[in-house]
Amino acid sequence: MSKKFGLFGGLLGLLAFAPLVFEDYGLGLMIGIVSYAILAQAWSLFSGPTRYISLATVAFYGVGAYVVAVLNEDLAYPLILLIAVGTGLVMSLAVGIATLRLAGVYFVIFSFGLAELVRQLITWYEVNVSGTLGRYIFLPFEARHIYWMLLVLAGVTFAIAWWIRNSRTGMALRVIGEDEDVASHVGINITRTKLLLFAISASLMTLVGAIQAPRWVYIEPSIVFNPTVSFLTVIMALLGGPHRLLGPICGVIPLFLLFEWLSANFPNHYSILLGGVFILIVFLLPKGVLEFVDRFRLGGAAK
Amino acid sequence: MTDRRRVLRTTAFAVAALTAATSLFTGQSIASADTVRIGYAVSKTGPNSAGTGITTIPNYVLWVKDVNEAGGLKLPDGSRRMIEVIEYDDRSSSEEAVRAVERLAVQDKVDFILPPWGTGFNLAIAPLMDKFGYPQLAVTAVTDMAPKFVQRWKKSFWFLGGGSDYSKALAEILGSAHKSGQINNKVAVVSVADGFGIDLIKSARPAFKEAGLELVFDKTYPLGTKDFNSLLTEAKTSGADTFVAFSYPPGTFGMAKQSKVLGFNPKVMYLGVGVGFPVFTKIMGPDVAGVMSLGGVDPNSQDFKDYAARHTAATTNSPDFWASSVTYASLQTLQQAIERVGLDRDAVAKEISTGEFDTILGKIKLEDNQLRKLWWTGQWQDGSFAAVSPNSRDGASSVVIPKPEWSQ
Repeated sequence: MSKKFGLFGGLLGLLAFAPLVFEDYGLGLMIGIVSYAILAQAWSLFSGPTRYISLATVAFYGVGAYVVAVLNEDLAYPLILLIAVGTGLVMSLAVGIATLRLAGVYFVIFSFGLAELVRQLITWYEVNVSGTLGRYIFLPFEARHIYWMLLVLAGVTFAIAWWIRNSRTGMALRVIGEDEDVASHVGINITRTKLLLFAISASLMTLVGAIQAPRWVYIEPSIVFNPTVSFLTVIMALLGGPHRLLGPICGVIPLFLLFEWLSANFPNHYSILLGGVFILIVFLLPKGVLEFVDRFRLGGAAK
Repeated sequence: MTDRRRVLRTTAFAVAALTAATSLFTGQSIASADTVRIGYAVSKTGPNSAGTGITTIPNYVLWVKDVNEAGGLKLPDGSRRMIEVIEYDDRSSSEEAVRAVERLAVQDKVDFILPPWGTGFNLAIAPLMDKFGYPQLAVTAVTDMAPKFVQRWKKSFWFLGGGSDYSKALAEILGSAHKSGQINNKVAVVSVADGFGIDLIKSARPAFKEAGLELVFDKTYPLGTKDFNSLLTEAKTSGADTFVAFSYPPGTFGMAKQSKVLGFNPKVMYLGVGVGFPVFTKIMGPDVAGVMSLGGVDPNSQDFKDYAARHTAATTNSPDFWASSVTYASLQTLQQAIERVGLDRDAVAKEISTGEFDTILGKIKLEDNQLRKLWWTGQWQDGSFAAVSPNSRDGASSVVIPKPEWSQ
């Protein structure tokens, strides 16, 4: 066990030196990978065991970015991050209480609508109350600072994911995912457990948005609430396999690099190729990369 | 059998992944010394692609074609080098735009980077352009903050003015029309709840008041609204002679069409982005006459006519009457700066900042890194979108108020 921890810590430490090795573009790639790794891991935290497909990722991500945009001139940076987490937490609790009783496809639809709802609320507020739309973030951060902060957050996220898997809560969640009726019969407080996980997952997503926002300088609702972020998160997590600790990261790295390569080399056919890649993934790896590797390694015995 | 297929599949996947990874990180640096590499990352897909496709990309394509057909970019020693284009799609995402600029600067090592479309994206890449030392000729970014940005990013240039320039020019026109008794002092305004609409309405409120006008109707509507009937009906019954919409396409088109259907025929009709698009005349037919908007051109300018003809021939669409010609002029500025001082980016930035350039907009010279000699208001007259403000400038047409009635 301690060996695994040592390995994990060592890997993070090694990654921390990336800014010394890569030039700006490489670092930009690393930022993208780490931020999607956190998003996918946070998404799997809740959606993996419960099997609730959430498309609300960008709602929290965008709120995090917005908190930074609103407060960046008035408060110290650590305080802003705290407020961002707090906002994500409160929002996810409010949303969770209202919706986690919804089942299956209704939850998917609601979570997709949530991002649009938040975006319209912020727009309404900015137009009618503050009278500006579009805010500036001038924080003295360079790419490497953002990268380091994201790396720390990634460490925290993986630690939380590992801890939950090995705790009673994780066990309870898996039971809920298998069969809610059984779960309630064995005395699991279903709503409370789901709510807890939803809130943790959402707070992490909020932080990713908050940390990444200084990279964009200018923010408006249509920029930060881009639904693509939600979709990519889901696809990456599903490719890797959301039921496993290392699943999400195994989906993020290949897909992120693939997207990057496609958009660099085929700027005019990107969307078509992307669709083709998705179809291939669903046909070739319906259960995720890790499952596939296992099946291959065990020579079909897993069947 | 299944095992073999599995092996095949895995191998195929691994090979594909490996190829992807290697070509990604090595980049295709097939740079030959005798070309000038120009890169841009623009929104080919996503919500920004409409504006990019009308104003930005066609002018980049046209300019590169014009330059290469003439034998390439001229350098100070008289030699010519062809332009090699490297283009990316930012998919209307700020993060992609930022990374694409990093890629252009670090991987592709291009000589110059052309800006994306839209205020937000120009600002998103501005710190990087500054860091890597590339001059940024931002055209499609309407912002009142430009003087501050110039302080922050010394190599940034702003070519399209700020929201208050446009709303003050409009207030001036309306104010003098009111004084001469052509219209009453009541104005109905709607604005789109988006950076552009909010910027303009915010500066228009005090400007209108100062011009002795009264805002009797002042509402915003969400981006993407299709049905404007209730807004237009309210504006119609407000008793205002003037209707102003700080709108975006396709809302602009919808509003114009629905006004006709409603028989809403104000003496002054001023609509936002889209009025200067070639498609607007197709939508409105002869009823474009008298409709006002931002921008405008000198209809008698031979330079503009030639440019429009080349634009139409090269891209199958005619240019818009606001930012298109300014975009092309910004590229001519870059071209002439390179011709005078070569490919050194610092020297080029300095030359753009201080030099005078001969463009399709006439002779231009930037003031504090901003193009200030612009047309703020235009009006459709005799089949072209004629500039009417500032009216003291050469080539300005005089504004027609009231506008002709709808024909049907």
